[in-house]
Amino acid sequence: MKKTFKLMGLGCANCASKMEDRIGKLDGVNNASVNFATTKLVIEAEELLMDKIIESAKDIIKKIEPDVVMQKA
Amino acid sequence: MGRLKQQLLRIILASILLVTGILINTDNTTLELAIFLASYLIAGGQVLIKAARSVIGGDALNENFLMAIATIGAFFIGEYVEGVAVMLFYLVGEMMQNYAVDKSRRSIADLMDIRPDYAIVKSGNDLIRTDPDEVAVGDIIVVSAGERVPLDGLVIEGNCMLDTSALTGEHVPREVFAGGEVLSGCINLNGLLSIEVTKVYEESTVSKILDLVENATSKKAKMENFITKFAKYYTPVVAILAALISVCPPLLVRGATFADWLYRGLTFLVISCPCALVISIPLGFFGGIGGASGKGILIKGSNYLESLSKLDTVVFDKTGTLTKGVFEVQEIRSYSMDPGDLLDYAAHAESYSNHPISFSLQKAYGKQIGKSRISGFEENAGHGVKCLVDGKTVLAGNRKLMATMGINCPDEEHIGTLVFVAVDGSCCGSIIIADEVKEDSKEAIATLKSIGIKKTVMLTGDAKNVGENVADLLGIDIAFTELLPEGKVEILERLLAEQGQTAALAFVGDGLNDAPVLARADVGIAMGGLGSDAAIEAADVVIMTDEPSKITASIKIAKKTMGIVKQNVVFSLVVKFAVLALATLGLASMWAGVLADVGVTVIAVLNSMRALSTKNI
Repeated sequence: MKKTFKLMGLGCANCASKMEDRIGKLDGVNNASVNFATTKLVIEAEELLMDKIIESAKDIIKKIEPDVVMQKA
Repeated sequence: MGRLKQQLLRIILASILLVTGILINTDNTTLELAIFLASYLIAGGQVLIKAARSVIGGDALNENFLMAIATIGAFFIGEYVEGVAVMLFYLVGEMMQNYAVDKSRRSIADLMDIRPDYAIVKSGNDLIRTDPDEVAVGDIIVVSAGERVPLDGLVIEGNCMLDTSALTGEHVPREVFAGGEVLSGCINLNGLLSIEVTKVYEESTVSKILDLVENATSKKAKMENFITKFAKYYTPVVAILAALISVCPPLLVRGATFADWLYRGLTFLVISCPCALVISIPLGFFGGIGGASGKGILIKGSNYLESLSKLDTVVFDKTGTLTKGVFEVQEIRSYSMDPGDLLDYAAHAESYSNHPISFSLQKAYGKQIGKSRISGFEENAGHGVKCLVDGKTVLAGNRKLMATMGINCPDEEHIGTLVFVAVDGSCCGSIIIADEVKEDSKEAIATLKSIGIKKTVMLTGDAKNVGENVADLLGIDIAFTELLPEGKVEILERLLAEQGQTAALAFVGDGLNDAPVLARADVGIAMGGLGSDAAIEAADVVIMTDEPSKITASIKIAKKTMGIVKQNVVFSLVVKFAVLALATLGLASMWAGVLADVGVTVIAVLNSMRALSTKNI
């Protein structure tokens, strides 16, 4: 399944690629992409693990850029 | 108070303190230090907090941390002014950078502002305004003049002119009537439409297009992957170099002072963020993809922009791509009667037939068929028709038909399908029916050549003389004719093998029955994508309208975008390495370091915004 989020306050492109990289490596994630231009994060992952993945993704984002808020798009 | 205002206030306050500190010129070093330290903390407090948080989070090598270390280091070696100034400079730069990024994002968003905000659903006698998401198939929606059509559907009442430019880039309005199909994203220019919804919002044209464009950058170009990888190693390597430069020379070289080399090392840290390099690439690519979509060209990934810019061979399917795919009467050759009468006989004789030739004849005839004039209709499949028109025996068909009836017909040079017409046993003339080339096909081939396409190829299942004639007419280099669908893939494989390593090949088709060929090419381009899900699905690049000239436009956009991205990469790398080299020699100050970092970023972001504009393409 595929879910899209808005990353409010995403300012640094290098951070965006770090987020993409780390979320993509989470268990159960098939593909993760951060679009710096539209500040959207798309996670494609297994449905059963989705909730857990979203929590982990939030953690990762907080660590890389503390001001960014991840919202449902 | 907004974040921006707060930050601005802090910068101003810190600047005043900094200037005071410089002007006061006191011998009291404690007071001096106190003033500079206060200024530093007001300006850089946020950066220090962020740096501390990221260290706790286990991600030490980020911008904030590096900037914190560099400026704190400056304080340690007594360069107070430099420490504060660099922090201030960095903040101003960041603000400018945020502004530039914001502006660029907003222009991209404006360009793609084709999302309908609401739908008006008819429920009994009431009109209810709702979210397009909540409308079901079969619901009736009402669209007034000036409103955007929110969902795909069929017009059940009313007619109007539609502006399709959001989907096609085409500004000529299109007329729709009751019974016609309308696509979401179009704007009703006048009149009032009642539409029966045929697709839910998610399946509607507008949301498919937006989805495609917004996710296009997830398919990354080689250059982008390279830079991401480069950025990963760049920061740690520069940070290690900074450490080595600060420590080694003072220990190994006689006369080298610790303070001097530490300063050089700190300058390294200031330049060690790869942001300028990384930031401008997604913005540039996305700008190019957004700009193309504004012209009715959907590019499904940054990687295809890259391939488009490297094309040297373009392979076309003929029917429906270079030609209209509609068969029309091209020529009437009359031997013994008025050409108008010949067409009159032929159109009437064929009027009961369902063969495409019959439709072409009716269309060319253009008048009402007098059914009462016709009797005794007989159709001989693969040969033609025979009937009585106005009491005269009329035969219309190919040479075989005439031969079986014992009628002699002259030899004819022709391209296309030849229909002989015989009245009362004698051959009176012939009508040539053929597919017509599109108005802009010839120009498209010529402009492709002018922008550096070395080889143009046409593939067709049509007869040799038909295919070669079209190829000649359009100025296509090579034509392969009488091909079966498998044959097309085979030829494409051969062309790909002949291709140079660095060049790319595109195949252009209608996306309906050439999916395997589209998939095999480096770039598969489908034409006439508007309203055709199959075409949008199958291709890498979708041209919404039917114009081959848009291929040239998409290549131009790709070349321009790649040019901008390359400029940014080269510019930021050159500046960074130059400052690194100068810093090693002790010739660059930390100020130059900040300029190399944020200044270059701002310039690169502004430059990447040029990719959005397609005015001169």
